[in-house]
This record gives sequence, C-alpha cells and structure tokens, in this order.
Amino acid sequence: MSVSWPHAVAVWRRNATMYRRTWKLNILPNFFEPVFYLAAIGIGVGAYIQQMGGTSYAEFLAPGLVCVAAMNGASFEVTYNVYVRLHHEHIYDAMLTSPIQADDVLAGEILWAMTRVMIYGGSFFVAVVLFGLAPLPQALLALPVIPLAGLLFAALGLAFTLRIPGMDLFSFYFTLFLTPLFLFSDVFFPIQERLSGGWSWLAEALPLLHPVRLARSAFQGSWSWLQVWDLLYLLGASAALLAVARRAIRERLTS
Amino acid sequence: MGAMALSDSPGAPETCVVEMRGVSKRFGEKLAVDTLDLEIPAGSCFGLLGSNGAGKTTALRMIYGVTRPTSGSIHVFGSDVQRDPRGIRARLGVTLQDNVLIEPLNTEENLRVFGRYHLLDESRLSQRIDRCLDLLELRSHARLPVSNLSGGFRRRVAIAMSLMNDPELLILDEPTTGLDPALRLSLWSLVRELQAQGKTVLITTHYMEEAQRLCDRVAIMSGGHKICEDSPRQLIESRLAREVVEIDCPPDREIELLGDYPGLLQRLRSGGRLLVYVDDARPLLQWIRQRDDLEGRSLVVRPSNLEDVFLDATGTALEASP
Repeated sequence: MSVSWPHAVAVWRRNATMYRRTWKLNILPNFFEPVFYLAAIGIGVGAYIQQMGGTSYAEFLAPGLVCVAAMNGASFEVTYNVYVRLHHEHIYDAMLTSPIQADDVLAGEILWAMTRVMIYGGSFFVAVVLFGLAPLPQALLALPVIPLAGLLFAALGLAFTLRIPGMDLFSFYFTLFLTPLFLFSDVFFPIQERLSGGWSWLAEALPLLHPVRLARSAFQGSWSWLQVWDLLYLLGASAALLAVARRAIRERLTS
Repeated sequence: MGAMALSDSPGAPETCVVEMRGVSKRFGEKLAVDTLDLEIPAGSCFGLLGSNGAGKTTALRMIYGVTRPTSGSIHVFGSDVQRDPRGIRARLGVTLQDNVLIEPLNTEENLRVFGRYHLLDESRLSQRIDRCLDLLELRSHARLPVSNLSGGFRRRVAIAMSLMNDPELLILDEPTTGLDPALRLSLWSLVRELQAQGKTVLITTHYMEEAQRLCDRVAIMSGGHKICEDSPRQLIESRLAREVVEIDCPPDREIELLGDYPGLLQRLRSGGRLLVYVDDARPLLQWIRQRDDLEGRSLVVRPSNLEDVFLDATGTALEASP
C-alpha cells in the first residue's frame, strides 16, 4: 500500500472546505500570538538589552518566532483537530469506505497541516518584514525553513495523537513538551552558551532548536557546517516520525 | 439468439458479489468472527442478522477491506479484497452505523466532499448530487446545514453519501435504527428500487420484520458464528410450525396450562411470555380454554415469523416436551 496523491488531496480538500467556513475565527488568535511575543519581548524587553551578538534583541528574536509560528500551526492542527476527527466525528472511518486508504489519510492530513503552517508561518514572516526585522533579500532563505519545521511538528504531533488513549494527554504534550521547547530552543537566548560542555548534546536533541538556528542563519546571512547538521536533523527526524505515524494510523484505522 | 440465451443461462454458475470462505477475525483474546462462510448473489438483498456484538459490523468491515481477517479468504466482485481494496471500494458504498456528516456544511456540500473521495470530476459530481438528492428526497433540504436536520434527514444524507459513486453493492449497517416507522418504510422502498436497478444490497439489522420484508436471504449470527442461513420463508418453515400461540404465563404455570397436549412441536420463552408453535392453533386454544379461563391473561395467535426463528436460533429455545 502506498499513497495515492489524488486521494490525499481529497482528504486535504475536505479540511479546506471546512476551514473556509471557520478561518475568520481561527486565523486571528493564531496570527496574533507571535506578534504579541515579538512586541512584548522583542521590543519591550529588548529595549533593555543593548546587543545580542551584533543585532538588536528584536532582530535576534524574529526568526525564532517564525519557527514557533510554524510549530504551533502544525501542532494545533494535528493534535486536537485530528483527535476529534478520529475519535468523535469518525471522519476517517467514513473515508475508508471509499477508495481512500489509511496512508492517503495520513498524507492528506500532513498536507493540510502544512497548509496551515504556511498560512501562519508565512503571515508572521510578512509581519516580521513589516516590522523591519527581516533583512531582505537574505532573510527570504528562511522561508523554506517554515515547511521544514512544520513537517517535523506535524509528524511528531500525529505520531502522538494517533497513539494516545485520551484527549487529556494533550495538556502534557503542550505544557511539558512544546512549552519548554519554545522557551529553550534558541528562540529567546542561545542555549548552547548557557550550558556547560557536557550537556550540549541535550540542547542538540531539541527539535525546535534546528529550524530556529537555520532561520537565524538566513536572517543574519551567516552560515556554517552546523546548519548542515540542522538540516539533516530536520529531514531525518521527520522521516523517522512519519514512519511511526504511518504505522500508527494503519493500526488505528485498519485493525 | 434464443438458443444462445437458453444455453447460456442454465449451466452458468450464479455470480456472487461477495464470497467469504472460512473467515475468522480475532481481536486479542476475543474471536469476533468465527470461520464465516458467506455467498451473496448479485442483485440480491442479503441480511446479516444478530444482536449487538454478534460480529456483524466486523464481518462488514472485512468485506470492504478495512479490517484484515485473521484467516480465510474474501472475494468481492471476484477480486481478493486484500489485494485490491481501492478498486473494490470504488464499486461499493457503505452506510455506517453512525452518521458521519460534516456539521457546518449543507447537504449538497457533504455529498460533494464525499464524491471527491471517489475522485469524481466536477460534472459527474453535480450529476450524482442531483440524482442522490432525488433518490433520498433531499431536494428541499439541499442547502440547509446538516447540523439543522432532524435524525431522519441526517440518516438520509448519510445514505445519499454512500450512493455518490453509483455503487454496484450497497452495504447498510443498521440503517433504520432509531428511525420512525414512516422513514423506515421509505428506506425499504429505496432498497427495493436499488435492487430493481440490479444492485446488490447487504444489510445488517436487528429488526426481524425488516429482514423478513426486505431480504431474499438472511444469515443469523451469534457470538461470531453463523447459526443458519436461508430465505426468511425457508428458515421459518424449516425450523418452526406455521402458527404461534403467545400467552402471558410464568414458567411454573406452564405445565398446568399445556399439560400433555398431544403433538406439541416446540416452545420458546421470551420474558414472561410463552410461545407455543403448532401447525394449527385451534385445537390448542380449545385445550387451553378447558384448563384455564384465561382471566387477565393476554393470548395472541399469529403466524410464525423471523423473530421466532431468531429466538429459536440464538438459543433461547426450550425443550420440545415437558
């Protein structure tokens, strides 16, 4: 069994049709959250910080928040929304009475999560440009990082959602996993500079660290071999998590 | 021409839309379906009967290739379900037990989304939506959000969705549970209409009257086993006498009432009611009246039906003689 892309697109279109009804309610909170962080921390707290490795604090913060927008866009979609479709609305059971297969459902949901990632990550990127915090054209190289980060967190969230027995566990995922990632993945400060040498591997394990470093390299126009590692981490972890999610969705839908 | 047709038809084996051979499904410790054999002839209406948990839904899921059997083989339209689930599901429709609707969308949009699962192109989509709205008498509700529809209309939308691909085989999992009698009747006539168009219908139900009226053949399942299978009429005739006398009677009063009535065929008990099966009820009634004035007791005489077969087959039968 493999993915049939026309069927995956049919899954995607179902979500898109729904979203067209509700996007006005959805898009505003999702869009403004990173904008508030940028204003409060970047500009507010940043006013007390003289220099951050050669840039203003707001300039340091902006690329990290672009990745956070991508992470959140993916995570909300593949956690609560997918859980409700799976367990409460039984949408996938109905899909599987048509030629759609479990793999197509997974591919369609990933496509849809990526669409939302592009909407939120992209619109926040535009906001960053309007704030004058993205040096053009070099910052444009950060744009491909948005889908890469989105894919990683879509796969991670799906693997989690498809395995958990109840919705309560999402509070663990958000509070004990995504929130620390948000706080310790180079978004607000360079974590490696605060860790003693023996612990630096721990920071390297954080999935959000890598897209943040990539996006910041693009914004600052300074690349090193470290970014190759970041890219490999993103692609490798996404591939591994997609394999986990694929197994999980087959078990959930076709036992 | 005539000779050709004649020579073709008699010898030709009846084509089966669904063929299950020795199919079992185990979920952990539980054997949900146990060595099930089923053959569903093309153009027939086949009923899978049984109480909740009898294995009906699992059997259906295996037929449309979503649940993988632990053992045995399943062919639908002549192809192995595990080999070509996409191709097979393109040619069948399934109405699930629970309606799966997209609440904020209207009836027409729901049908459109479902038609896209089948990759119908836009012109075919519109054509099928038209047809299904007419078939299920949903035209007046086409533009209403499905969240505003009553239970009966929601059920109709769900059935219309499963007809979007103009399926050759329609699988209905308890289609009339919770529907009012008028709606049930209109669903029955829909099934007949589809059958008249040459479609095959596979239905699960626990309403025996429904099965008796609709189905050409029924199989009764209990605890994952198929207990019996035949046309409803054959099942009734082969298993039970023609008439039933139904009497309110606690178990301890049975002997008093029936004594050693000669030629007593079969008795069943359902709650506080005693069901006595005889080919001719009149002598039995006389016999009972001689022994009991029937004061305050309800007594009904009726023809045996599938409900009786179900009671008999699923093991609530009593011994034939006192």
